[in-house]
Amino acid sequence: MRIEPRETVSWLRVGLAPVFAVAAALFLCSALILWAGVSVPEAYVLLLKGAFGSAFALNETLTRSIPLIFTGLAAAVAFRAKFYNIGGEGQLYAGALAATFFGTGLLTLPPVLMIPFLMIAGALAGGALLIVPVLLKTRLNVDEVVTTLLLNFVVILLVGYLIEGPWKDPMALGWPQAASIIDEGVLPPLLAKGRLHLGLIIALAAAVLVFVMMRTTVKGFEIRAVGHNAKAAEFAGIPVGRTIIVTAMISGGLAGMAGVSEVAGLKGYLTLDLSPGFGYTGIAVAMLAQLHPLAVVPSAIFLSAMFVGADAMSRAVNIPTYLADVMVGISVLAMLVAAMLAQYRVRWRG
Amino acid sequence: MLTFRNVTKRFGTLAANDGISFDVEPGEVLALLGENGAGKTTLMNILFGHYQADEGVVEVDGRPLPGGSTDAAIKAGIDMVHQHFTLADNLTVLENITLGTESLWSLRQDKTGAKRKIAGLVETFGLAVDPDAPVRSLSVGERQRVEILKALYRDSRVLILDEPTAVLTPGETEQLFRTLKALTADGLAVIFISHKLHEILAISDRVAVLRAGKLVGIVETEAADRRRLAEMMVGREVERPALDRVAAGDAVLDVEGLILKSDDGRLLLDQVDLNVRAYEIVGIAGVAGNGQSALADVLSGLRPDFEGKVEHLGQSIRGVSPRHLVERGVGRIPEDRQASGVVGEMAVWENLASEDLRNPAISRAGFIDRKAALSRADRLIEAFDIRCKGASAETRLLSGGNMQKLILARALSPEPAFILANQPIRGLDEGAIAYVQSQLLEARERGAAILLMSEDLDELMAFTDRLAVIRDGRLSDLRPTAEWTIADLGLQMSAQRATGRVEAGLVGAGHAD
Repeated sequence: MRIEPRETVSWLRVGLAPVFAVAAALFLCSALILWAGVSVPEAYVLLLKGAFGSAFALNETLTRSIPLIFTGLAAAVAFRAKFYNIGGEGQLYAGALAATFFGTGLLTLPPVLMIPFLMIAGALAGGALLIVPVLLKTRLNVDEVVTTLLLNFVVILLVGYLIEGPWKDPMALGWPQAASIIDEGVLPPLLAKGRLHLGLIIALAAAVLVFVMMRTTVKGFEIRAVGHNAKAAEFAGIPVGRTIIVTAMISGGLAGMAGVSEVAGLKGYLTLDLSPGFGYTGIAVAMLAQLHPLAVVPSAIFLSAMFVGADAMSRAVNIPTYLADVMVGISVLAMLVAAMLAQYRVRWRG
Repeated sequence: MLTFRNVTKRFGTLAANDGISFDVEPGEVLALLGENGAGKTTLMNILFGHYQADEGVVEVDGRPLPGGSTDAAIKAGIDMVHQHFTLADNLTVLENITLGTESLWSLRQDKTGAKRKIAGLVETFGLAVDPDAPVRSLSVGERQRVEILKALYRDSRVLILDEPTAVLTPGETEQLFRTLKALTADGLAVIFISHKLHEILAISDRVAVLRAGKLVGIVETEAADRRRLAEMMVGREVERPALDRVAAGDAVLDVEGLILKSDDGRLLLDQVDLNVRAYEIVGIAGVAGNGQSALADVLSGLRPDFEGKVEHLGQSIRGVSPRHLVERGVGRIPEDRQASGVVGEMAVWENLASEDLRNPAISRAGFIDRKAALSRADRLIEAFDIRCKGASAETRLLSGGNMQKLILARALSPEPAFILANQPIRGLDEGAIAYVQSQLLEARERGAAILLMSEDLDELMAFTDRLAVIRDGRLSDLRPTAEWTIADLGLQMSAQRATGRVEAGLVGAGHAD
């Protein structure tokens, strides 16, 4: 058996790769559903209905996809430059911390200014969290996977300390949570019913902006060149170190905005269950989107639908919600295989 | 003893080998000549079992060789010395040679027997190498000898050598040729793959010429000459451009007392003095790994941590980034075009733009003017005859020659005052070589100062105004090329390495104890 690169990579094949990956994941998960003793079609219909079957379900799926779009973009941008930022979770909480610090009464601006201000503050906080890992990487060649991953725990512990201690809301009846975001800073809901909020519009705008940046700007060109071949990029005069630093700031900033959006848009105040691992799931979102900024949006909505749908399914029949995690995991694995098969062909005989 | 019968191998619609039939006789050196992509490597990969032929067979002593199995080839007595050696650096010469010949389950190792056999081979074929030295301490020439010993130790009767002289000094090449004569006198058959005509004329008995996957013909070397072989190989007459003498102008590049150290403190460049004037090509000869890359890195702006003086048009280049060097008029052709010349996954137009992204001609306020960049790329593709499916094609799909043309287009089209050409013709076929050289000549005619680093002494002798030899980071005197002979160059290139080898041998002996 031999694996050879294809001379031409057809767009159809690249586009169909995620579809096949998802189909393979659903097929493989059927075994688990059968094992749980439920009919497979019934389970998947319940899942689909739970995710898209009603206005409420759709609303919930889209709401859940907002942080995933942000963290997915964060991973997609960074991975394009081969800067493996695994710290999306920590950067998300850093953004949430910034929103809580500025947004709970420290200063009050009209909403038109307050919301952008909180977003920017959160983005800066997310980026700031990456300064040390990225400098360690560019100066001393320290592996960023390790440093960014470990910083997640540092930040989460810091959040735990703050909401149990100095930032604890005295009005919260003893629950470990920070004070609420003031009304001027809250992201307004988009619809009369449901939890969908302005964060979706900001997330979509971010996806378009990232796409435009990667495709049309000098900086985007440099990020792609560094990611594909850092040696050639350096030879051509592209400042490799600086490009990686800029990439890290953009990536951290996007993840930080996820935190602002969750605190100011959904929860209203900072708690430790703000994110059930959106930072990590963002990596899966980016992989499934093949690191394409616009594809991050459907990818995030799909993964969000899996989680929301699996919740509904487990309520209706006796299947644990963990099935959604398994599906997402298998989808990403299948996606990696499918993406490779789009670029390479397998010859079984020499 | 070895017969190719109608061997055909297709990759998609391309026939890499098309109905190739010929014999290899014991006791002969058969040279396999052809341009890149002519099918030499594919044919040898079929013989050695890396590929399976779509049609036809290879027969050894009248018996067909089962295709697609390297084991079968080795069992049939065929062995190959690859261009990139396949030795384990951390093992000794003896261990490398016996690796794979002993049963995995045998606990005992017959070291003395193996040593005796190797000593015999070393003696008979003039393959001097210390069996107890670790391979990492050996010079390139010695490593090649270990590879040959490895094949002989397995009692191979057909030895394939893939571009064996590419890494050797002229002296080492001569030694290799003496070994090959001894081998064929002993009844071995040698298949010698090369595109260097003078070597083929010197060593082979017969020459098989491949072109575009087909066997053009087999000629007795005695009846062949350079011109005829070149014509057979290319299919038409190829003249490499010649240099006509013109008076050099003012110094463009001026280097004095240049010192560069590696990260672990070793001296890579030691007091290098060098100047290159307008209207001249200065050559630097040397065996790979003697400081050429270090010098090229400094002149390309990749190593700002040098000591000494390096001036381009009277201005120091210290602290000048590669981007600004390009802006100031330095054109650079990198040594390894795939690794550092182009970004393979990006489009041709993007690679053509990558050195001057902030040039107002193709970008404005941080946004790339795609239209302008594409139309400029179209012009360059046309002007430099880059064969590709268009400016948006992925660069990795280009052939080596076309990739080099892309790099030439990028480096030469801004008409730089100084051009650094590091191994610009390495691995290219005759047509592409002639093209690269004519482009450099054109640049010289308009007054560019060119520094040409090459391992190809023929190229340097024919194509430079002044010439120096680099070894162990030290540069010899820069003399007019007419005052050099190939023998002088060979001596200068290897003199220092001879002592280096003695040191390596001592280190090796120390390790063995």
